[in-house]
Amino acid sequence: MMTNLGNRITQGQFSFLPPLTDEQISAQIKYALKNGWAIGIEYTDDPHPRNTYWEMFGNPMFDLKDPAGILSEINDCRKTYSNYYIRVSAFNATRGVESPAMSFIVNRPKKEPGFAVVRQEAEGRSIRYTIHSYATDKPESERY
Amino acid sequence: MKKDPKDLAPSDSNSVDLDAEFHASNIKEVLDTLDRELIGLKPVKTRIRETAALLLVDRVRKKMDLTAGAPSLHMCFSGNPGTGKTTVALRMSEILHRLGYVREGHLVSVTRDDLVGQYIGHTAPKTKEVIKKAMGGVLFIDEAYYLYKPENERDYGAESIEILLQTMENNRDDLVVILAGYKDRMDMFFHSNPGMRSRIAHHIDFPDYSADELFEIANLMLKEQNYCFSSTGEAAFGEYIRLRMKMAHFANARSIRNALDRTRLRQANRLFAGAKKALSKADLMTIEAEDILASRVFLEGKSDGPSGTDEEAKKST
Repeated sequence: MMTNLGNRITQGQFSFLPPLTDEQISAQIKYALKNGWAIGIEYTDDPHPRNTYWEMFGNPMFDLKDPAGILSEINDCRKTYSNYYIRVSAFNATRGVESPAMSFIVNRPKKEPGFAVVRQEAEGRSIRYTIHSYATDKPESERY
Repeated sequence: MKKDPKDLAPSDSNSVDLDAEFHASNIKEVLDTLDRELIGLKPVKTRIRETAALLLVDRVRKKMDLTAGAPSLHMCFSGNPGTGKTTVALRMSEILHRLGYVREGHLVSVTRDDLVGQYIGHTAPKTKEVIKKAMGGVLFIDEAYYLYKPENERDYGAESIEILLQTMENNRDDLVVILAGYKDRMDMFFHSNPGMRSRIAHHIDFPDYSADELFEIANLMLKEQNYCFSSTGEAAFGEYIRLRMKMAHFANARSIRNALDRTRLRQANRLFAGAKKALSKADLMTIEAEDILASRVFLEGKSDGPSGTDEEAKKST
């Protein structure tokens, strides 16, 4: 874990970089808008890497011209879920593509406890490995 | 580094060429087209010039480290039907974009339907969505007085106004709101929403056109559609305008446009019914006096179109 001090989860774009500033976020959103992608804001408190479907904050935003509106929405989400993971995703609705084109985290909990390796004894002497987030020991919405 | 304004004693090293800045912004081009394509509207043009000058000076000031808050540019256009409120709003967004006041320079034109929801909790998201779409450009609210219905205190319009007011105050750099509507009703609207009145710095009145201006407008409209008056046609249309202006439901440039549309109809009919089958380009373009004199304005002293005229007065720009 030399490159990722402090157990920060690394999902999506820019996750190895220091947190993006609002200007940097605006610039990224501008790029998405220029390509005609729909922007959605999502949040979760389950950091497991296989947790792909996060909760949406409001509706996805279509037909916008300027990132200012989205940034204000991001700030609303940060206010409401200040201690959650929040990500911005850009969906490319072009026929035949229809998948997220961008996704990056814009907010994380103050303290990210990280993951433990869980070993399971299986048939014979084989061992199965999985990871387990310390945060998910607590029930939903009390994790961070 | 911030300098004290007092340190900025006028010296050569600190001078900025306002002319060069003016040329660089291409704003002259926009103002010229405005002059060319919009007839009359003196007070409106003056105000646009003033706004352009202010923004330009502001830009120069910024170069000299003389910072001031961005001026509030929310506007209210009031005037009778057909005086060009929407047309000017479209131009306004372009001018503001050229001057770098708004980032994208698009115009989002909405009415009550787009802002106000149908049930509790529907209005806020709807209004916010429209505002988000307009960010970086101009939000044009046509017939803004419909937003507020004083006779129904449970009307959702008030909620929409509240959200608008908040954005107008907090997101001043992100969008410019232009309200438009008829003068008397706009006055009533502001009377019942004092917060709205005080947040709008620029109230621009669109005056009615004079007969000469209307004639120029007619000429411009015909030219755009590749028509022209014959000399007798010109005289007849001048007379038509004079008569029409005195009648009820006169909607300035919109009445003129409708009159011209009907005239084209009669011209086509004349050409079709006429004996001459080999038509020249000039024949197809020319509007003769008889096309205009067939109007009911001359025959009965009533405006033509059984229902059309009432509507043209009711609809706003």
